[in-house]
Amino acid sequence: MHIVVCVKMVPDTTLVQIDPKTNTLVREGVPFITNPFDTHAVEEALRLKDRYGGKVTALSMGPPAAEMVLRRALALGADEAVLLSDRAFGGADTLATSKVLSEAIRRIHENEPVDLVFCGLQTIDGDTAQVGPGVACRLGFTQLTLVDHIYEVNQRESYIEVRRKLEGAFERVQARMPALITTTREINTPRYPTVPGRLQAASRALPVWSNDVMKLERAEIGLQGSPTNVRRIFAPQREKGEIINGLNGAHLTAADCMLNKLYEWDILNAD
Amino acid sequence: MSETRRKKPRGKARLIEGKCIACGDRCQASCPFDAVEMSDGEPVFILTKCNGCGKCVKICPSEAIELIYTPDEQKILDEYSRKNEPAEIESKADSAWKHVWVFVEQTEGEAHPVSWELLGVGRQLADDLGVELAAFILGDDVGHLAHEAFGYGADRVYLIDDPILSRYRTRAYLEAGLLLIRKYKPEIVLMGATGLGRDLAGALATELRTGLTADCTGLSISLADRLLEQTRPAFGGNIMATILSETARPQMASVRPHVMPKPAFNGERRGPVIQETLSISEDDIPTRIVEIIREKSDSTVNLAGAHVIVSGGRGMKGPEHFWMIRELAELLGGVVGCSRSVVDAGWLPYAHQVGQTGKTVKPKLYIACGISGAIQHLVGMQNSDYIIAINKDKNAPIFDVAHLGIVGDVFDVLPAIIEKTRASLNAPAELEQTAVGMEP
Repeated sequence: MHIVVCVKMVPDTTLVQIDPKTNTLVREGVPFITNPFDTHAVEEALRLKDRYGGKVTALSMGPPAAEMVLRRALALGADEAVLLSDRAFGGADTLATSKVLSEAIRRIHENEPVDLVFCGLQTIDGDTAQVGPGVACRLGFTQLTLVDHIYEVNQRESYIEVRRKLEGAFERVQARMPALITTTREINTPRYPTVPGRLQAASRALPVWSNDVMKLERAEIGLQGSPTNVRRIFAPQREKGEIINGLNGAHLTAADCMLNKLYEWDILNAD
Repeated sequence: MSETRRKKPRGKARLIEGKCIACGDRCQASCPFDAVEMSDGEPVFILTKCNGCGKCVKICPSEAIELIYTPDEQKILDEYSRKNEPAEIESKADSAWKHVWVFVEQTEGEAHPVSWELLGVGRQLADDLGVELAAFILGDDVGHLAHEAFGYGADRVYLIDDPILSRYRTRAYLEAGLLLIRKYKPEIVLMGATGLGRDLAGALATELRTGLTADCTGLSISLADRLLEQTRPAFGGNIMATILSETARPQMASVRPHVMPKPAFNGERRGPVIQETLSISEDDIPTRIVEIIREKSDSTVNLAGAHVIVSGGRGMKGPEHFWMIRELAELLGGVVGCSRSVVDAGWLPYAHQVGQTGKTVKPKLYIACGISGAIQHLVGMQNSDYIIAINKDKNAPIFDVAHLGIVGDVFDVLPAIIEKTRASLNAPAELEQTAVGMEP
């Protein structure tokens, strides 16, 4: 079985703050990490390999520095990794991103047929959950989003059975392969890389596919291939409510004031 | 006129300190001269290569790039600006695409409320554009939903009713949606940002090769160019971005439940129902649903339906202190919520998470304890009827959305409010008397 897993290098957006004076992002010292959702995708791909045998290829699109997320996947047990990196890929929205990723998977597939593609449900910087469906659509693979459990893979009859998380329910679904799966964070607990794994991954040669290799039309990738663009970015301005002091022993009067509001707003009933 | 024809000076690009948000190398990708190198996400301009074309200035979403000129160049520019040509604004999009559509999401014949919320905002967009608002309904035996769609503001309904659509499956719904959109060409398509809506929207937009903006918190029409302005949290919900899809059609956007108000229902409204038939068979669908497993009701919190939510953030310092949150929630008949960092730290399960990657909520009262209020959290709770925030840091952004903000230590304020609430529930009249004379 051949599994491709897509990973993205993202800034750790939980550490980003807004400068209250200038209303701009403070990015200094914010590290780049593997998108947390993707760590679960990698783990699930590796678990299937452990269970059924086969091979895992990790794939990422990004700047040259993004090789770090691929080396981490290799350290965890991925067999191969490919970085898609070119200025021409930059500035891409989800449509243009899915173009490059799907074409890369097609190339990999032609060389060695792909049975499953794993993606994290979404990224923490974009939060769109659109790239997975985009890649599935472009490849014509069965689309399975929000997967939180895999029951079985039947290679002989070429189907997979998974559980999808819906609102207030789960759906057990049987799907034809090849399929693309996006994983929730509940699907598993990712493993940590071992020291020998890390050392081995650090010394591996890592192929980088630029657009000289991919040969994609400029109009379909990067900035040009992106139908959406950002008109403006801003920190929202809001009207402040009532602010009271509860520090230095004033917490009791603050609590009284809060209690009054609870009555005024009909949360508590005076009768 | 003795003037020899001088070339309009083009200047050089320069980064404005502190404004770059490391959006993802847009400036580098836009540069035709390879004059932009990236360093830690920010551009470095190679002045010997920069030809001052201004492409990076235009593409930068945070207005972080400017063109600089020598004093001589500036002089020539000033002359130019005196004989300025008027800008011409014209829609570049194909005008065959017209009208605003809303997807009516349903399960077992029951519509998801987000569909009606979308008809509310869709009505406004359609009126601003002077076009029709239509609902499109896909399912099996779902014709009755047309009446509801008209009641919530649709002028017209497109319907595909087919047993193959009885349960949501990507391929079947994708084919049905594509059939309608390709045939009737709406300029705007709105969908709920639910699990189902996101699954379908991503597939539809890809097949249509068009733009899709997820989780919008604001939608409006830019009247000058008739474009849909789609505002959403960006950069992990730390800042807001307004996004356009200038030429691709339809312009697609998804909106989370509880973000837009539900419009009033008018049972008298009627309109035409246009029905289409789908010609796909079960063999064309690569998935088969084996079983629906209902979630046990005690295993999750019902944040979406809660009247009161008491939420804790990183300021609670550890899971062992969440008893205070639980106790206050219980006293007020509410449930426990939390911020993303609490879930990331493993203090509470994901089901409690409020915010962009968690649940969007709209309770009567939201109490935020030790939550600083990153935008990604605020967009998940800012539409609550009343908000109380308790935080030590008086500059915390949570105070920007709070109706009552208490600058104080949660470990002082919470025990006090728990005690007072409990006492007042036992003897309400008496306690109301004592609650006077607070400090400003």
